[in-house]
Amino acid sequence: MSHPFLVAGTARGRAKPAATFDVHRIRADFPILQQRVHGKPLVYLDNAATTQKPQVMLDAIRNYFVHDNANVHRGVHLLSQRATQHYEAVRVKVQRFLNAASEKEIIFVRGTTEAINLVASSYGRRFVGAGDEIVISAMEHHSNIVPWQMLCEEKEARLRVVPINDDGELLLDEYARMLNPRTRLVSITHVANALGTVNPIKQIIDLAHRHGVPVLIDGAQAAPHLPVDVQALDCDFYAFSGHKLFGPTGIGVLYGKERLLEAMPPYQGGGDMIRSVTFEKTIFNDLPYKFEAGTPHIAGTIGLGASIDYVQSVGLEAIAAYEQFLLREATEALRGLPGVRIIGTAREKAGVLSFVLDGIHPHDAGTILDMEGIAVRAGHHCAQPVMDRFGVPATIRASFAFYNTLEEVDALVRGIRKVQEVFATCPSCGICTSK
Amino acid sequence: MSELRDLYQQVILDHYRRPRNFRIPPQPTQQAVGHNPLCGDRVTVYLQLDGDTIRDIAFQGSGCAISMASASMMTENLKGKTVAEAQALFQRFHELVTSDQAVQGPDLGKLAVLAGVREFPVRVKCATLAWHTLRAALSGSGDTVTTE
Repeated sequence: MSHPFLVAGTARGRAKPAATFDVHRIRADFPILQQRVHGKPLVYLDNAATTQKPQVMLDAIRNYFVHDNANVHRGVHLLSQRATQHYEAVRVKVQRFLNAASEKEIIFVRGTTEAINLVASSYGRRFVGAGDEIVISAMEHHSNIVPWQMLCEEKEARLRVVPINDDGELLLDEYARMLNPRTRLVSITHVANALGTVNPIKQIIDLAHRHGVPVLIDGAQAAPHLPVDVQALDCDFYAFSGHKLFGPTGIGVLYGKERLLEAMPPYQGGGDMIRSVTFEKTIFNDLPYKFEAGTPHIAGTIGLGASIDYVQSVGLEAIAAYEQFLLREATEALRGLPGVRIIGTAREKAGVLSFVLDGIHPHDAGTILDMEGIAVRAGHHCAQPVMDRFGVPATIRASFAFYNTLEEVDALVRGIRKVQEVFATCPSCGICTSK
Repeated sequence: MSELRDLYQQVILDHYRRPRNFRIPPQPTQQAVGHNPLCGDRVTVYLQLDGDTIRDIAFQGSGCAISMASASMMTENLKGKTVAEAQALFQRFHELVTSDQAVQGPDLGKLAVLAGVREFPVRVKCATLAWHTLRAALSGSGDTVTTE
């Protein structure tokens, strides 16, 4: 028995999750999963792109609009007070979710992309100058590349990229060598969206701190799958998106250490982020409001709160263990198929399985899998440099959430066989398609 | 499943595996690059015009079965045709892959097998990438065309 959640030796000869994780009960909480597509039961394996929503989250948003809808931080009337109360309660929820020291360190943003842009724009404006360096890695999503490129171009700073090995793991020695007195910030992903690699972020942060360099962690692919403790990590910034955490789109979180956020100028100007405004001088509001200009996504925030509650009721430790089980089963099954090459074979991975099929373009595979009811992502996953690194134009990516089942892994395997069947060549010449 | 069989007919898979005119002609008079930024498909179409006649047409690139087969069959069809005929065929082909009302005529030839694409709206851009690139090459603008 390799894991407390798994019991070995079933009739099918493979490990099985123990009764402690009742995936079928969990699936009942997600109405969208009950449907059929193209006449087949939906097998949703595109969770790294966005996750599905539990009924409690949908109810929370509906209840807010039905009972409490009002603007926050403004009215003296009861509805505004209730809306503000619910909105701010989620901030405390997120603080506990990340184990942040204070709720002032929780900034609501549109998503991970906006969180990174906020830091690039605000921290960058104040602390990055000509000749300075920003360090990212070769496995980043475009959203953790482009904002830094824009900053570096504007400031005449230099973008340094930590290389990765053929398994998709960060080369830590190279990273350590890259840090120097000109390094102003390190921005690295916790879990790589196209490869599934889990980075040793504690080590990454410790190494940067030896040089007094703050670190931003892109947690978009991590927060839904792993417990995160920003204080234990001593992380300076941590960003994640609500919609990948079973919450709504358009809401996300930037955690930042109070000391750093205090030193940073506002990101956007507007209402809510000010204490007083005259045409001569404006006094900015305190944290976290200094970074929340304009009416926020109140309903989205409340939805995010409900999805965090939901995830915590299942338990991130249990989720991580169950998803590791699915990933291991899927990886083994795909390894057993001829003509399949897995892209991203790091020792530490979270529920992402990227692969290519010999002689078959990922888009064609994606279409055929879709006709089998299987939703996967086929493309470059907004990580073109990763695709270039592995010499492929695109991959097929199956990404798991805790509502996926072993039966769905089997469906994926059958689906891949079907793709290969459609593209099969005749055994004698290997070129023509007569079967 | 019949939609899938229509989409991936043998002739399409054959052109994907063994694309015709997959080369760079010795002296192209016109060329253009087409790119689908959503999937990364990339194709370069080369033309050698002799007055108004397409003396030679070839392509290079990488992409899915639909985009490669479409490019391959396009080059087969257009060799020896006039520029006006090529422009007309562009319209006919576009209708073929987007409209249920499209009339299949002899001018389309083998290209008619791509009609199955119309059941897969997200794949229409794959089928038309080479054609948009052709049009850019004919107009001689020299810009990279994208599907977005």
